[in-house]
Amino acid sequence: MAKSKVQSLKSKVHGPRPVPDAPPYGPIATGLSDDDFKHGKVCTTRWTHDAKYAWDRGVAIGKYLAGLKRGKILAVTCGSCNRTMVPPRAFCEWCFKPIDGWTEIKDTGVINTFSLCYVTWDVKRITEPLIPAVIEIDGASKGMGIMHLLGEVDPKQVKRGMKVKAVWKPAEEREGAITDILYWKPV
Amino acid sequence: MGNRVAIVGVGMTKFVRRALETGKELSWLASKMALDSCGMTMNQIDSVVMGTAPDTFDGVHMKGEYLSDGAGGFGKPYMRGFVGGGTGVFSVAQGWYHVASGMFDTCLVVCEEKMSTFQPHAQAAFVTIFDHIIERPLKPNLLWIFALEMNRYMTTYGLRKEDIARVAVKNKTNALYHPCAQIAAPVTVEDVLNSEVLAWPVQRLDVSPVSDGAVAVILANESVARRVTDKPVWVEGCGWALDTAYWTNRDLCYPRYVEEAARMAYKMAGVTDPRHQIHVAEPYDPFDYKELHHMEGLMLCGRGEAPQLTADGVTARDGELPVCPSGGLLGVGNPIAAAGLMKIAELFWQLRGEAGKRQIARKAKRGVAQAWGDLMQVGTVVVLGV
Ligand SMILES: [Zn+2]
Repeated sequence: MAKSKVQSLKSKVHGPRPVPDAPPYGPIATGLSDDDFKHGKVCTTRWTHDAKYAWDRGVAIGKYLAGLKRGKILAVTCGSCNRTMVPPRAFCEWCFKPIDGWTEIKDTGVINTFSLCYVTWDVKRITEPLIPAVIEIDGASKGMGIMHLLGEVDPKQVKRGMKVKAVWKPAEEREGAITDILYWKPV
Repeated sequence: MGNRVAIVGVGMTKFVRRALETGKELSWLASKMALDSCGMTMNQIDSVVMGTAPDTFDGVHMKGEYLSDGAGGFGKPYMRGFVGGGTGVFSVAQGWYHVASGMFDTCLVVCEEKMSTFQPHAQAAFVTIFDHIIERPLKPNLLWIFALEMNRYMTTYGLRKEDIARVAVKNKTNALYHPCAQIAAPVTVEDVLNSEVLAWPVQRLDVSPVSDGAVAVILANESVARRVTDKPVWVEGCGWALDTAYWTNRDLCYPRYVEEAARMAYKMAGVTDPRHQIHVAEPYDPFDYKELHHMEGLMLCGRGEAPQLTADGVTARDGELPVCPSGGLLGVGNPIAAAGLMKIAELFWQLRGEAGKRQIARKAKRGVAQAWGDLMQVGTVVVLGV
């Protein structure tokens, strides 16, 4: 179909193309300055995304959250690959089979990795760092971490391999959310 | 593996912090330059692939369709590719199978990003990357995942910050010779170590900037390629792979998703010994440690060995294995999808000997480009050769 379209091209090319000093592109595109933004030279609109999402928690995460409300961390096991997994899931993504059962694991664990973060999610500077971490929970298979926050710890003292324990919200305030664990502190 | 496919033309806009041009205009500028570079016109293009990342940045849903006019997609078979930061390299793989299949003789691949639209900072748009039930209530910052991974990489191999900062120094300096670069600068290791701490161990100069820009390449089958150029650059292999979305369950010190993608691309290209058969590499470097991480995933060296190669100058522009001679995302800039395609563009120029002052010292017949994205889980790899 397209062959005829390009047959005429050959006549346009006379011998090898000259090698330019710089690649065949120009420094096109125009940058705007901070001033352009500050002084309203840019068309801006503020739009509050007022949408409501009715998210399904799903079978597995629903049970996980119900466990958190009772102060328990639940994991799932897969008999095929012998993994105890958290966060729990309804099926093993390695074996692509339904999981074989639920098990309660501890509310203690080990820091796999962490950060000391001096900016909020929407890039506001803060002086006391947030300390997110990947925490491997005792009783889950090795390397099975979850993301959460650390607290009651001197940022200078945080280390990979440090043992930590969950600090729970008071039972009556728990609502079946990941924030039912306030943070994890060193033991 | 399918019909042979070559890159015959490339165009690229300057990467800037905030472009006056719209996304459509940037896309058109890059596309027009690519066509002009090989003496082709839009009516000789059979199909179009547009790569562009999240709709959230632009506040325009179905952004691919919105941008299509700027990419010449009007009235043509048109497809948008999107795998987050992996998009730029993946879009070439998409274009490749359009042409390799024999379905089309030519394909224009355009990648565009305007991160500046989202105010005050594009990073806030990324909160929706995280799991909406078990992670987003913790108000995560996108930097977290990089900081967590970088810390894991450092502690696993006992690295110091200076071992990693050398990458930022190399790339920002390489970019001094790139006419489209946004933040080229002759920085030192001390500058990196003294820059603002954002999310330890990530500091200001460890990170690529927020950018706007576009890049386009033209793919053609062998008969068209031979007619329009004496120096086609062949797409020798493509690969792509996803790791699990349970990112906290992964080994964060090794990018398995890159290895899987690289194995696929290398197999197609007949590369059995990447360290010696790849002569120039453009791995994805939105953060300095990621270049090291990705060199290891690309099997250009063993695990944990990339920092030493960098310290020894092996990856310098005049080194034995030049890595990111373009200046990478750290120096040229990071308009997400366009940044990945910039790496393909750089290999095109390097392999043709047309990189001007950036031309690498060693003779290069084969290069690899790689990008990465989604929830830290996708690897996309393309091997080019002459
Ligand atoms: Zn399993």
